[in-house]
Amino acid sequence: MTKAKNVKLIDENGRRTDGRLPDEMRPLRVETGVLKNADGSAYVELGNNKVVAAVYGPREVTPRHEALSDRALLRCRYAMLPFSVADRKSPQPTRREIELSKVIREALAPAIFLNEYPRTAIDVFINVLEADGGTRTASIIAASVALADAGIAMRDLVAAIAVGKIGDILVLDINGLEDQYGDGDMPIAMMPKVGEITLIQADGVYSPQEVEQAVAMASRAIKRIYEEQVKALKSKYEAVRLEVGKDE
Amino acid sequence: MTLYVKDRQIVIPGDPIGEQGKFSIEGHVYRVNKKFFSKVLGVVYIDPDRKIVRVIPLKGKYIPVEGHRVVGKVVEVGLTNWIVDINSPYEAILPVSEVTSKPVNISRNELAKILDEGDLILAKVVSFDYTKDPVISIKESKLGKIPKGSLVEISPQKVARIIGRKGSMVSLIEEMLGVRLIVGQNGRIVVVGDDPLKEEIAVLAIKKIEAEAHITGLTDRIREFIESRLRE
Repeated sequence: MTKAKNVKLIDENGRRTDGRLPDEMRPLRVETGVLKNADGSAYVELGNNKVVAAVYGPREVTPRHEALSDRALLRCRYAMLPFSVADRKSPQPTRREIELSKVIREALAPAIFLNEYPRTAIDVFINVLEADGGTRTASIIAASVALADAGIAMRDLVAAIAVGKIGDILVLDINGLEDQYGDGDMPIAMMPKVGEITLIQADGVYSPQEVEQAVAMASRAIKRIYEEQVKALKSKYEAVRLEVGKDE
Repeated sequence: MTLYVKDRQIVIPGDPIGEQGKFSIEGHVYRVNKKFFSKVLGVVYIDPDRKIVRVIPLKGKYIPVEGHRVVGKVVEVGLTNWIVDINSPYEAILPVSEVTSKPVNISRNELAKILDEGDLILAKVVSFDYTKDPVISIKESKLGKIPKGSLVEISPQKVARIIGRKGSMVSLIEEMLGVRLIVGQNGRIVVVGDDPLKEEIAVLAIKKIEAEAHITGLTDRIREFIESRLRE
């Protein structure tokens, strides 16, 4: 692996390139119901990442022979739009996108009661409008909110965050620059209320203690992300309640 | 008390509702050991008299239930049956035997003469068990083709509010506007009236009920809404 040694990711004060402390998350914004035609939708901003997720279904499966007789077919499509990165990205799905679609699907599947909707399909479309490191985590945050917004039966929401490594220091929620020049990246997705991990990947070298520390760091951040997700889901209905001016 | 929620509280998937005890917890919940959790984004309704806690989803697709009355659209005319769209992931089948008890000679009597593509029908779900598509029937009285009216589509979860307690909301709208409502459990409602203006007000009222279904005092707001619209 070629690495530019002159890139300094942590300065003397322990601050990172964008001024964050090692265990600080980028600002997160979650919105639901942004698309009218989708059954459920969500928009997520995680730092510079901008992601839209749309959920359709449960609906009829096309082509028909793909339908599963005992549960719903969960299909995810993760796509980075051509203008989402500095150089134009070809709109054709890359190997990376195909893999991320699979990874996101498998991170979401344990949270959904798929057996409640046999012979149907649940389609999740994720489009990255702007990418800056950690789009898979932003996508999982968006997709799980969109699924809940569509009224699909779920065990819990899924929230995700990446823990990175710069030198010997573990840092939370790495951005594009740190992803490129850092020493490790470990995206973690969890069901916060249930307390189970649905996705954990890693590149880089970690000691067992570091893995433990990373999971602890991520689960703290995931609790905060979860609160944002809850707020986004509830706000639409609370707004109607305020409009009517009726309090309980 | 072993309840973690208040009446009319909005819950999201994974929210704890309560523990098994004095109250029976129903609706869209799942159980882990003795604790109940919400499965959906929904509202909690607590009935303190009957000791029932119910989680009703705010959104979602219609899943057919035997005995439900649904408003369907004919999408395909087959040789011995019709395929009907009932606003659900599952398409319904309407066999000839559930339409008429008279023998139909297929070679001479085209099924399209009885019901054609695009026709709106009020039907009853006869059977549905997830392994096969639901079978519907229009053989009972009051069921059958809907010749005219304006169709409103709402979330199927809100139908209960449109009907109201023992049909109070439906009769409120029907009496105030002189229209007739054909309510399908699948979220389709047909407003039949002579006055197009009153029909429109009824449609708007239904939309208002859908938007504000999770807030108390709905009936009074709808009555006010219709009164103010009628004055205009």
